[in-house]
Amino acid sequence: MRPLLIALAAIVTREALRFARQRSRFVSALVRPLVWLVVFAAGFRAALGLSIIPPYQTYITYETYIVPGLCGMILLFNGMQSSLSLVYDREMGSMRLLLTSPLPRWWLLFAKILAGTAVSVLQCYAFLGIAAAMGIKMPVMGYFYVLPALILGGVMLGALGVALSSFISQMENFAGVMNFVIFPTFFMSTALYPLWRMAESSMLLRDICAVNPFSHAVELIRFALYGQFNGMALLWTALASLVFLALALWGYDPGRGLMQRRG
Amino acid sequence: MTGLRIDGLGFSYGAKRALENVSFEVEQGAFCALLGPNGAGKSTLFALLTRLFTTREGRISVAGHDIASNPRQALARIGVVFQQQTLDLDLSVRRNLRYFAALHGLAGRAAEMRIEAALERMAMRERADELARDLNGGHRRRTEIARALVHQPAVLLLDEPTVGLDAEARRAITTHVHDLCAGDGLTALWATHLTDEVWPEDRLVILHRGCVLADGITREIAGQEGLTERFLSLTGAPA
Repeated sequence: MRPLLIALAAIVTREALRFARQRSRFVSALVRPLVWLVVFAAGFRAALGLSIIPPYQTYITYETYIVPGLCGMILLFNGMQSSLSLVYDREMGSMRLLLTSPLPRWWLLFAKILAGTAVSVLQCYAFLGIAAAMGIKMPVMGYFYVLPALILGGVMLGALGVALSSFISQMENFAGVMNFVIFPTFFMSTALYPLWRMAESSMLLRDICAVNPFSHAVELIRFALYGQFNGMALLWTALASLVFLALALWGYDPGRGLMQRRG
Repeated sequence: MTGLRIDGLGFSYGAKRALENVSFEVEQGAFCALLGPNGAGKSTLFALLTRLFTTREGRISVAGHDIASNPRQALARIGVVFQQQTLDLDLSVRRNLRYFAALHGLAGRAAEMRIEAALERMAMRERADELARDLNGGHRRRTEIARALVHQPAVLLLDEPTVGLDAEARRAITTHVHDLCAGDGLTALWATHLTDEVWPEDRLVILHRGCVLADGITREIAGQEGLTERFLSLTGAPA
């Protein structure tokens, strides 16, 4: 057990050090949701009325509604960013170094995902802090309850990123990930509008939103921020995490994975 | 005792055969050069030896551990120096080694002692706190070899480790690895396409289009005509 924890600590530390060196990455990861919060939400507030839906017990502003969705956005972009850095690592060879370790490969990949998640969670807290400073506050205990939700959401999206990275053969293909993964995942979810709003325009869209695991990660975060537990969201997020983890492991399996296809 | 044993190894990329019935053994403590022109299958063989790929054709055994049935024990006995440079340039030499030690489950005093010993073996101790970025190509390579020695492997695999180095650095690295074999009983498999890196008493395996063309002691394979001429005549490459 001890060797596994040593490797985990080293992989997380390395990611944290790398992150600390890339200040611009931290700033841009924060600017993105803040722009949405300040610009997009301000415009939408007038156009979009929200009814009282759980976990809210009173009318809320649109800014308040999208804060959990924007936390999800940070996790989503970071998950994809680590996917990009994995493709880069693979081209540069440091992925090979990781994979020749005698420790179980599933653990190494899981450690890589956890390392990315740690960075994402820090960014979410920085974002929640700025939002609070702007007056968009959550119940104090919510900031504690949200931690496991953020971690699980981060693992789910990080695993998706790793799985995708095993199917992306080159860095150039990353633009495709933006178009076909990040945007649909984000827009067809409850991050920006509640399900009943979606249902008003299209039942099909509503159904897609309802099965999108990202919606469930966002709802898990939303409920946790208000100190409430959403069992369905937890189940979906955990299930999707397992599926994505299995896909990631399959993608990096030496018998059939990408390393082989690329030569 | 056998350091590395390869038996009937075959591998294809789709319809293209990359390795065909490759077999050879390297005794413990031997320096074995794997000589082959570009595209001979050296990198594919290394990928199989490090389990980046797997194959159903043939067997690989590292210090007595079969890589298919005991991958973790086999990998634990291998040190690898890849053709591509794989240092984290923003970390110091020592931190690079520490990260690698941790990937092998080593930390604390035990790891530090091994790191010091590995740096000492590659004459890199005085540079241990420099950033990898500030080192020249030769010293970066030495760092990578030191890193590959941290977990005290039985077999060291080096995939064209002198690519991009000047003549002096090339000679220094080649000599260093020969010394490791002679002094510490390490088995080394050194892939190259440069005949001047192979010494007359070395074991030599010549690989061409995925097949073993020659296997023996370099002096005997080279004969009267010298290794370069012999290699070119065997592989049919223009002189």
